[in-house]
Amino acid sequence: MTENSLDTAGRQAAADEASGAQAAAPTPGAPHAVDGRSPSTVVKAPPDGARPPRRTLGRRAVTFADSLWRPALVLAVFFAAWWFVAAREYVPNYLVPTPGQVWETMTTQWSELARHTLVTLYETVLGFVLAAALGLVTAVAIAYSRTLDKALYPIVLFAQVIPKIAIAPLLVVWFGLGLTPKIILAVLIAFFPVVISGVAGLRSTDPELLDLAATMGAGPWRTFRKIRFPNALPHLMAGLKVAVTLAVVGAVVGEFVGASEGLGYVLLLANGNLDAPLLFADLILMSAIGIVLFVLVEIAEALLIPWHASRRAGVSLTTS
Amino acid sequence: MTTAPAATGTAIGMSGLTVRFTTRRSQTTALDDVSLDIEPGEFVTIVGPSGCGKSTLLKIVAGLVKPTSGDVSLLERPVRGPQKEIGFVFQKAALLEWRGARANILLQAEMRGMDRAQAARRADELIEMTGLTGFEKALPHELSGGMQQRVALCRALLHSPPVLLMDEPFGALDALTREQMNAELHRIWRETGTTVVLVTHSIAEAVFLGTRVVVMSPRPGRIIRTFPVELPAHRDYAQVMSDPRFDRLATDLRGLLGSAAANH
Ligand SMILES: Nc1ncnc2c1ncn2[C@@H]1O[C@H](COP(=O)(O)OP(=O)(O)OP(=O)(O)O)[C@@H](O)[C@H]1O
Ligand SMILES: [Mg+2]
Repeated sequence: MTENSLDTAGRQAAADEASGAQAAAPTPGAPHAVDGRSPSTVVKAPPDGARPPRRTLGRRAVTFADSLWRPALVLAVFFAAWWFVAAREYVPNYLVPTPGQVWETMTTQWSELARHTLVTLYETVLGFVLAAALGLVTAVAIAYSRTLDKALYPIVLFAQVIPKIAIAPLLVVWFGLGLTPKIILAVLIAFFPVVISGVAGLRSTDPELLDLAATMGAGPWRTFRKIRFPNALPHLMAGLKVAVTLAVVGAVVGEFVGASEGLGYVLLLANGNLDAPLLFADLILMSAIGIVLFVLVEIAEALLIPWHASRRAGVSLTTS
Repeated sequence: MTTAPAATGTAIGMSGLTVRFTTRRSQTTALDDVSLDIEPGEFVTIVGPSGCGKSTLLKIVAGLVKPTSGDVSLLERPVRGPQKEIGFVFQKAALLEWRGARANILLQAEMRGMDRAQAARRADELIEMTGLTGFEKALPHELSGGMQQRVALCRALLHSPPVLLMDEPFGALDALTREQMNAELHRIWRETGTTVVLVTHSIAEAVFLGTRVVVMSPRPGRIIRTFPVELPAHRDYAQVMSDPRFDRLATDLRGLLGSAAANH
């Protein structure tokens, strides 16, 4: 019960901020600018007088820790198993190094590894951002225009079914060994889920809401900004989460084909030298990039669409 | 913003409206040759069995559905596309689920580019009037069905439209709140001189609010009869309910709706 009301309060506060920022934008000094916080909040308090407690930093930390301990446990078991297998040399160490060896490589070569990680991170983020922007524009074009729908959709689909890995060498031939082909590859891979989710989201607007907008005399831009786009956000965020993890793949594959820096390049080196600890360290860093970026998109999602059913913390009895 | 409409002419004119919906599986005639003229300042209530085309009729007036044949005019101008001199209350509340109640009401102002401060003041008045105080920030899923409808009502009233089209606006309210909202709406109508068309399933509501009650037949929807309501312009809920004229009209309506359904 306490948990529940707590969550409602948090969600509501977030929702208010979001809607306040994007929509009502109360003018400072206008009579209503204050009423949200002070007088009406008192009226709003439930009759039993229990004002929902604020979400303090401590409570946030507790929630965070609560969401973390289960995966942490699984990871710990995995590490223990890995360590056991490697230390006992059930598998030779040049194939599976011990966690200690990996840790040592990680620390001794840290400055080098950090540099390569930054390169891959840069390619991934840039690729992802470009894919998100291009994907969104394409989705809008497809959702709004029947002609563009017919013209673009097959091409988008065609571009998707070409194995990206197969065109990586071509990109290197065209754009050289620099960062460009990696970024392009990341864009190409991450683009598709953004388009698909964007189109699905934009098309899912309740026709009644569009009718409503029409009776308000609103033009297409206002309708897009205030109704269709926010309505599409839940879909779009799901697509972005897929896209961000794929962008890492794109960047690394680009580095495989021809590069002088980046985690993909290091992986090839380590492989060639049969340097298993370095290989493992490299893999860990790659996954770390994916996980961190994914979490960032999750956080963006929580901030943007706290109102959506998928983000409501309220306990539902139907779990199916 | 509400200018008392000129006493002459029609606020809404419909003549020979026929609507046929063709879907992949079937063809439905929703409305069949409906003609109705509504004068400025009138309060017309429409009753009729479910599926007879009442919602469709309102949407035609709003320019959201194109009739298969026939003509519509709103405020003396032919209706060719969506109309914006109206406030529309949809049968479903049609709220934006990411906005709180107050922000949902203010959508009207934002979409029309109305003056912010003025709209905000008006919104607060309406919130108070409809008993939504304390729920300004509540998201639609945190509101009851009746509260959602009240939010939709406030939104439709925000810009003081000269014509108000309402599709079962009080359907999800409990009896008591419904009476209160009826009284409120009656007061608003009296004070503003707005032309109102209201669809309802409640005979009591139709008679209490209307200056004219239009009865429609089962699908394909036709107007069977229109009854002028001979009650004073200024009505009090309790008084009207005990008025013999109310009883007589309500009985007539019930009889007509019952026989129409039986003949079908
Ligand atoms: N967009 C549409 N496509 C196909 N058929 C439709 C469409 N809109 C309405 N209809 C049909 O038209 C008829 C009238 O519908 P309408 O919604 O106007 O009824 P109603 O009188 O408002 O009913 P209720 O009282 O249940 O709300 C129904 O048979 C419905 O199936
Ligand atoms: Mg209806």
